[in-house]
Amino acid sequence: MITHLLSAADLDADTATLVLDTAAEMASLAGREVKKLPTLRGRTVVNLFYEDSTRTRISFEAAAKRLSADVITFSAKGSSVSKGESLKDTALTLQAMGADAVVIRHSASGAPHRLANWIDGIVVNAGDGTHEHPTQALLDAYTMRSRLGRLDGLSVAIVGDVLHSRVARSNVLLLHTLGARVTLVGPPTLLPVGVDSWPAKTSYDLDAVLPDADVVMMLRVQRERMDDAYFPSVREYSRRYGLDTVRVRKLPEHAIVMHPGPMIRGMEISPDVADSPRSTIVEQVANGVSVRMAVLYLLLGGAHK
Amino acid sequence: MAHPRAVDSAAGKTILSGTELARVVDRIAHQILEKTEGARECALLGIPTRGVPLARRLAARIRAFEGIDVPAGALDITLYRDDLRLRGTRAVGPTNLPPDGIDGRQVILVDDVLFSGRTVRAALDALKDLGRPRLVQLAVLVDRGHRELPIRADYVGKNIPTALTESVRVLLTEVDGADEVRLEATS
Repeated sequence: MITHLLSAADLDADTATLVLDTAAEMASLAGREVKKLPTLRGRTVVNLFYEDSTRTRISFEAAAKRLSADVITFSAKGSSVSKGESLKDTALTLQAMGADAVVIRHSASGAPHRLANWIDGIVVNAGDGTHEHPTQALLDAYTMRSRLGRLDGLSVAIVGDVLHSRVARSNVLLLHTLGARVTLVGPPTLLPVGVDSWPAKTSYDLDAVLPDADVVMMLRVQRERMDDAYFPSVREYSRRYGLDTVRVRKLPEHAIVMHPGPMIRGMEISPDVADSPRSTIVEQVANGVSVRMAVLYLLLGGAHK
Repeated sequence: MAHPRAVDSAAGKTILSGTELARVVDRIAHQILEKTEGARECALLGIPTRGVPLARRLAARIRAFEGIDVPAGALDITLYRDDLRLRGTRAVGPTNLPPDGIDGRQVILVDDVLFSGRTVRAALDALKDLGRPRLVQLAVLVDRGHRELPIRADYVGKNIPTALTESVRVLLTEVDGADEVRLEATS
């Protein structure tokens, strides 16, 4: 097993499958009367969030609590960070307080890697800038596997703002490891430079990709990260790359629609599609807790220096 | 080049053959029927890995003897172990309970070897989180002694006095392709 979870590329096929299998057992906890396991009793997990987050923060918190770890949630707003404290000093403070694991979200790509060199505890990347979000990729893979029964050979279309999406990057890496075929779809301005070197195909034409897709993953257009006009208008974007009922009809019967959230209804996805039985959006949130429990258990449960 | 055969001599001796193992399972099934008054409201929960097929076999024998269907499930205790920090994390196994749960039932935990008793303690902790059985009993194929906790089995297939340097290996067809119990020296 690996020491930290910084990138989806850290996981080989066996380790990723172990995480997914463990998550499947963790999921059975949801149906139990006592939704708590004693596994991480006495361990401290710090959630270090430098960026706004609802889903991921709450999900990690619930996961750690269900494993009986003590959870300290730290958001940069209202802390010494706003007084100018550096990441390193904050990290050393957490270390001194005895954090066994730090779950970090940061707007700077690579911040978790830096953190892993400064502290003794394990580091879990909960999203760094436009770089990676490995636990999201794991929960997406888990959702696909539980809905469609397999990952090997699946055809997955990831659609929208790939340029700013850490979810897309982590998903491409993990899905490739697990044997799925990924196609990235978006306007040329929203596909990153160097995308040819990724283990994925690219396309500018959503309608051409849909008939062959087992999974369509819609990405949010990240306006907050955009310093430029990447497309003419919301309406135009929506017409070419939004998923509505008409487009959904082009999908095979069994295909599912995913979205990592938060979604903007009416822009990348229409409300009726988001609420349809094909949509796994709410399921993804529930699976997120199980997958993060698996990650925390596998990284933190065992022997530790 | 001739391979040294020293490995074979260290491989130990057979304690129970396949036939003997089958008889032991039959006897435990009879004892369960006797002690639980016809296995009423019983559930057999095997502890992975080899407790699970053992629980299924006991259920099958009880069905053959008395025509009663006793649910056989699995109870994984990995997440309740007290030695995770010492030995590292391991893969979590499946937990399958009877569809209507274990509340009010007579639960019989089934494992292959009873040794320190720590696995059973973990199983009792796990059970407590899953419901409230009316009664919990323990059935093991082999009791090898060296308890570290005040735990005893209600049904024992065979008591084997062992040294701590020895290890008891239970082989079951479902997992290992053959039925046998062996006593081996650990190097």
